[in-house]
Amino acid sequence: MFVATLVLTALGLLLGWLLGLAARVFAVEENPIVNEVEALLPGTQCGQCGFPGCSAAAEAMVEGNAAVNCCPPGGRALTESLAELLNIDLNSLGDAPVPQLATIDETLCTGCTKCYKACPTDAIVGATRQIHAVISKACTGCSKCKDVCPEDCISLNPEPLTLNTWHWTKPEAA
Amino acid sequence: MDYLLLFIGTVLVNNIVLVKFLGLCPLMGVSNNLSAAFGMGLATTFVLTLSALASWIIEHLLLVPLHIEFLRILSFILIIAAVVQFTEAVVRKTSPLLHKNLGVFLPLITTNCAVLGVALLNVREEYSLVQSLVFGMGSALGFSIVMVIFAGLRERIAMASVPATFAGTPVSLVTAGLLSLVFMGFSGMI
Repeated sequence: MFVATLVLTALGLLLGWLLGLAARVFAVEENPIVNEVEALLPGTQCGQCGFPGCSAAAEAMVEGNAAVNCCPPGGRALTESLAELLNIDLNSLGDAPVPQLATIDETLCTGCTKCYKACPTDAIVGATRQIHAVISKACTGCSKCKDVCPEDCISLNPEPLTLNTWHWTKPEAA
Repeated sequence: MDYLLLFIGTVLVNNIVLVKFLGLCPLMGVSNNLSAAFGMGLATTFVLTLSALASWIIEHLLLVPLHIEFLRILSFILIIAAVVQFTEAVVRKTSPLLHKNLGVFLPLITTNCAVLGVALLNVREEYSLVQSLVFGMGSALGFSIVMVIFAGLRERIAMASVPATFAGTPVSLVTAGLLSLVFMGFSGMI
């Protein structure tokens, strides 16, 4: 029994040591900032920024290839936290794309549930043959529901102004 | 010549997936697209060959001389897990895209019964070191070939209009069965 215990222990130690060595040799350098930025982004991979997904956008933002306000679903709040994290002056940024919200025209909706299945953030509620509705707090305006709607009854509109979304307009140039 | 016969025999006649029915999980799981299936085949080939070699060494230099053959399965699983971890580190470093594509199926090679199956079959058939290596490589190549063929078939099926009853997994299972029948046709060749 002692032999068996010893052999297994030795085997485990040896393999663990070899794996530790391999982990060092094949270490992948990851920028911790990229992970932080990606955690802040909505993570719905909507592609409105022009990058294939949120992780690609995060990489581009850290490298300076994308503006921190290029994410429409994130809106102003995301821009502010990203600018703080990456130490970018908010005033240096141009106009940001306005966050959009999906709305369903209830007179046209047939309750086919196609939009509801396509929604990456589960922002659409409804059931078969019931009129669907959008939960505006969860909607990121990714337009995936608009593409699949057979009745063409979904439209994207700018977010209505609330205390959280309103901000001062920039002063007019003299 | 014997080695060549053993090799061809393992790849075609006693194909590990379609004749011995080992390793069906990745066959169904990662065969959705051709490049991922190819990558999975490569990764499994690497793991299978290395673990066939390592398990032979463990069996004949450690377990048999010390008369602790009852530890065979335990130590084989240990060595396979280590080889898989090593493979994952290598794949992650060399091809992040493939690493992303394979996802959870890469660490799941550990539980791929083909890998443990080959190691145990090596012991049962009392193969020598070179024979186990050839057997391991042959099995791995057979696995990769089947993965690539099956992924190609499934890509075609994805385009075809399949009756609703069969759409998705059922038609894949029927296809795997037909493919298995085709490989059964090799039996008796050697």
